[in-house]
Amino acid sequence: MAAIFQGIGAAAAVAALPPAEKFHSQSPRFLSARKGSLFVVRSDGRPSLGSSPRSRGAQRLITNAVAAKADASVTSTASKPGHELLLFEALREGLEEEMDRDPRVCVMGEDVGHYGGSYKVTKGLATKYGDLRVLDTPIAENSFTGMGIGAAMTGLRPIIEGMNMGFLLLAFNQISNNCGMLHYTSGGQFKIPVVIRGPGGVGRQLGAEHSQRLESYFQSIPGIQMVACSTPYNAKGLMKAAIRSENPVILFEHVLLYNLKERIPDEEYVLSLEEAEMVRPGEHVTILTYSRMRYHVMQAAKTLVNKGYDPEVIDIRSLKPFDLYTIGNSVKKTHRVLIVEECMRTGGIGASLTAAITENFIDYLDAPIVCLSSQDVPTPYAGTLEEWTVVQPAQIVTAVEQLCQ
Amino acid sequence: MALSTSFRSNLIKPLTALTALSSTQHLRRPFSSSADDSTVLTIETSVPFVGHKCEPPSRNVETTPKELLGFFHDMALMRRMEIASDSLYKSKLIRGFCHLYDGQEAVAIGMEAAITKKDCIITAYRDHCIYLGRGGTLVECFSELMGRQAGCSKGKGGSMHFYKKDSGFYGGHGIVGAQVPLGCGLAFAQKYSKDETVTFAMYGDGAANQGQLFEALNMAALLDLPAILVCENNHYGMGTAEWRAAKSPAYYKRGDYVPGLKVDGMDALAVKQACRFAKEHALKNGPIILEMDTYRYHGHSMSDPGSTYRTRDEISGVRQERDPIERIRKLILSHELSTEAELKSIEKKIRSEVDDAIAQAKESSMPEPSELFTNVYVKGFGIEVAGADRKEVRGVLP
Repeated sequence: MAAIFQGIGAAAAVAALPPAEKFHSQSPRFLSARKGSLFVVRSDGRPSLGSSPRSRGAQRLITNAVAAKADASVTSTASKPGHELLLFEALREGLEEEMDRDPRVCVMGEDVGHYGGSYKVTKGLATKYGDLRVLDTPIAENSFTGMGIGAAMTGLRPIIEGMNMGFLLLAFNQISNNCGMLHYTSGGQFKIPVVIRGPGGVGRQLGAEHSQRLESYFQSIPGIQMVACSTPYNAKGLMKAAIRSENPVILFEHVLLYNLKERIPDEEYVLSLEEAEMVRPGEHVTILTYSRMRYHVMQAAKTLVNKGYDPEVIDIRSLKPFDLYTIGNSVKKTHRVLIVEECMRTGGIGASLTAAITENFIDYLDAPIVCLSSQDVPTPYAGTLEEWTVVQPAQIVTAVEQLCQ
Repeated sequence: MALSTSFRSNLIKPLTALTALSSTQHLRRPFSSSADDSTVLTIETSVPFVGHKCEPPSRNVETTPKELLGFFHDMALMRRMEIASDSLYKSKLIRGFCHLYDGQEAVAIGMEAAITKKDCIITAYRDHCIYLGRGGTLVECFSELMGRQAGCSKGKGGSMHFYKKDSGFYGGHGIVGAQVPLGCGLAFAQKYSKDETVTFAMYGDGAANQGQLFEALNMAALLDLPAILVCENNHYGMGTAEWRAAKSPAYYKRGDYVPGLKVDGMDALAVKQACRFAKEHALKNGPIILEMDTYRYHGHSMSDPGSTYRTRDEISGVRQERDPIERIRKLILSHELSTEAELKSIEKKIRSEVDDAIAQAKESSMPEPSELFTNVYVKGFGIEVAGADRKEVRGVLP
């Protein structure tokens, strides 16, 4: 898994690293001339280190995600052990670091304070920061989302937690009209630096109303950014980036991913909100996915590799806007695209992604884009039915085989 | 309206002795004479306050001649602006929705008199006059209404989206009731930063039936937020009279555990007293509801004639008996703070000021096509976007 760092003065670090350990497409002088520089360090020890042309181009946009403590700390990431934790703990770590760093960051949601959060993401924070900063709200999504947005208009940076993303449907008006559009309708006077986060997606037999994928509903709201985390590493990085962003960000977590364990670096890092993650480079087909479906895809990838295919797996992470740069480079290489998502077929992220890729990269495609998504049905309670509504690894294998004929 | 004895004693003072002369017509005194600034007038409001779970404030309001003349000027300006907007709308220079505030000016003026620019005001779509009261200029108002660059939201907001961040005016919202949770958020931030300021979250009698209002009120009361919910009760939620929409039209009582105060919203001095009282209360004890009994002469918006659900007699009756500007005019004349002719000349000056502002606003240009894509995100990431046909207008999100 590639880790992406942004560091000021990384030029020094770049020079210090042995060439095999990293790659970059910019000369050190170019790097140091820029305000924020970007380079990629592989931490998974893959044999193709240092020789891949798959580097981030010089033309890539540098977003203003704040620099992590770069230099020496970055160089030793690959070798430093870091610490192991679960995804919800990674989210909490990111949240805590940001609350320490900026006193304007506060949390509000149902049972986030004394109870510690229904998925333990905010455990212990209320004792540390107090009841006003980690606010237990009544069950009133519409108004506490509105309250968070109003507070953000004055300069606070609230993180609004929906206990389940589905409950945020009640706050749709506030999210769409006030959160997304106030910056525009006020002619730029107000910034709304909120983070709206919560678990969504299909769980284990939670029923139709608690298995909703709100990314498909929110995706056309102008003015918001959407990201989906899938590993403890990117959960922490995206949480920090979302909090530091001046735009409203909706961070989609997944109910079934909270107990994933991974080793993450000790030193501080902030990921870019608009970048996709290259999970597994390949040559034959580009598989685009996000959140929980990433794991189904990786499972399918094992089978595919045994069968002789070489899929390239990209976790798109940024649902709005799409990282068309990474995706485009991949399409130009493999010429075949498979999208695997958990949204429903109609109007989901996959549908928009299909349209975006077709519009921009039609000349590079050798076959129509295949989009595997959940069925257009309410998620049933029965376990077998629920399995059939969500994309399974076997279906991904079949789709790749058909695509690569 | 009773003249207090303190005023009578002031008449004897040599500085103000001249004003005691009955034949005031030929006095050439400038209307904002500095000699009057020290005078304190105590006026009794014509309608008493009614309290719910609180002691209502006194009916006697202190004011100065300067303040009264200021009220007259500002309210006349607001009235003139709204009438001018009416004709601009009819000549199709203002499009879409235009909700006019004439008749309700006393609420905006009285509130401003009681608070500072550090206190926040948030309201719904009937926001032109509140924007003006918060320090906005006529040119910015008219430009925004006509969708020009010089508008307060660069022409991208329109009538329902006036904002002025530097003087604590948070808009300007189109969805009924959605501004009240935002207002509680402003109050939350004020409490968080320990500012000792308050937020006035304004809404109408129609919005008073929104659930999010009660949700927000519950949270404000739980957290003791310095939020003052102001219900501008003009008795009609568009075409529906209050008794047809609310089982209990006593909006000041609907807070239940939250204290409330019913105020004569056509009396600027009563509004000022109530807002001052509310600010003190909110800083100590948390939220309070103010119900301003007011009236709008126009319909709900320019597309509503305003006479299908109420009689013309009712409208003209209110205009004769309770008009806020006439009330202040009578006060000024009876206390001999100015003359009929001077007040008329103020109105004339205002009329020409408004005409000038309209002319200036008309000269301002429409926004550039590239403005379509600005202010969508803050410090964006350069996405390429295109206009509707994807050929003509192309831009990069800044």
